[in-house]
Amino acid sequence: MITKSLKARKDDLSSPKNQLEFLSEGIFEEGELPYFKDKIAETHQLPFKPKKLEILQLNLGYMCNQVCSHCHVDAGPDRKEIMTVETMKQCLEVIKNTGAHTLDLTGGAPEMNPNFRWFVEEAAKAGIRDFIVRSNLTIILANKKYHDLPEFFKKHNVHVVSSLPFYKREKTDKQRGSGVFDKSIKALQMLNAVGYAQEGTGLKLDLVYNPSGAFLPTDQQAMEQDFKKALKEDFNIDFGNLFAITNLPISRFLEYLIASENYEDYMYALVEAYNPAAVENVMCTNTISISWDGWLYDCDFNQMLELKVNSKVQHISEYNEDILNDRNIIISQHCYGCTAGAGSSCQGTVT
Amino acid sequence: MAKNYYDPADLRKFGEITEWSEELGSKFFDYYGKVFEEGALSAREKSLIALAVAHVVKCPYCIDAYTRDGLQRGITKEEMMEAVHAGAAIESGATLVHGVQMMNKYKKLSM
Repeated sequence: MITKSLKARKDDLSSPKNQLEFLSEGIFEEGELPYFKDKIAETHQLPFKPKKLEILQLNLGYMCNQVCSHCHVDAGPDRKEIMTVETMKQCLEVIKNTGAHTLDLTGGAPEMNPNFRWFVEEAAKAGIRDFIVRSNLTIILANKKYHDLPEFFKKHNVHVVSSLPFYKREKTDKQRGSGVFDKSIKALQMLNAVGYAQEGTGLKLDLVYNPSGAFLPTDQQAMEQDFKKALKEDFNIDFGNLFAITNLPISRFLEYLIASENYEDYMYALVEAYNPAAVENVMCTNTISISWDGWLYDCDFNQMLELKVNSKVQHISEYNEDILNDRNIIISQHCYGCTAGAGSSCQGTVT
Repeated sequence: MAKNYYDPADLRKFGEITEWSEELGSKFFDYYGKVFEEGALSAREKSLIALAVAHVVKCPYCIDAYTRDGLQRGITKEEMMEAVHAGAAIESGATLVHGVQMMNKYKKLSM
């Protein structure tokens, strides 16, 4: 199990430039597999443009209490990148005026940002229809100061979206660290106890499933039924929806693919499962991703690859939705991860 | 020519058999696809049957394919191993049941 980020280990793959080069070499350069831009050109989807903006996704920082082996953020306790109050204030201005109906806070563990609670209180006032916090669950039990998070989320009617790679201990702990499963279960029970995913409360709790290895997620609905049955029977846990998310070949998951000699097979599997219908609805077409330091990206993955939006407007301080919506989305081979099968996004499948 | 009879990369080329016999290849893949759809048996159950058969016919390609398929479907390693044992039990049973033939023949030939 890894205990440090690629960045702290000074690994070559901590450089987005190296990752992007790697993803353009080998099987792609030699023509065994088509570049993503050529693939979407086949179905006349190039240049790739956004549709109506629906989701603002804010990354409050890369610090996390966990060091998951598949993390595309390369998050961990050693990451110090944290959104400042100044940037948060700029974000709040945008949130007040945006046409987007969903606000999505992510990280790292967003709760570890020292100004997280203040920011949630302020952002909740903007009256956005769906206010999501992506919680890794274990943070709730990591320290006494986080134990009341379920109550806090409830108070602000936050929609909690939580990662739980599997409904069994072994696979969850392998991916996310020893003891993570038991803590996650406890945290889910705490969320249920304050009313999350309970009838009549309107408090939404959804789970995220992502494969714990070099394979793609299967049918989201079938997986949701399995999760519901197992979590109810074994732990009396309720939740709303399960979002199946494909692991994208970047950052620590790319490191894993290369080290386990699964990279080529995985890329073949993604390309083979390419679905033009998924391209239509992939999340970069309706999302803007904002980094801890206020830069704007087509998605959280492009943020980690440091591919800023291709627009005159690139920073939250100069935010303009109309200008941004006129951009071309930046693509590379990692995008195959979002277009495989039923597609993949932070909201699960897209078809 | 490769020096090995089996190359994992050949599994990706399975579809190419259609190139040398369009009609038969296409019919096979249509049939294959249909077989594994949800039916009276779930796709999950069929995946486990396929895994068991893959072991009985000792097809390395099929073992790779249906281990991956099982993982994707959330099938646990305990379920997979039980399926392999189900296949192995039938295979060894098929051998052992011939023991009756041996016994019959032995008795017939013996005074």
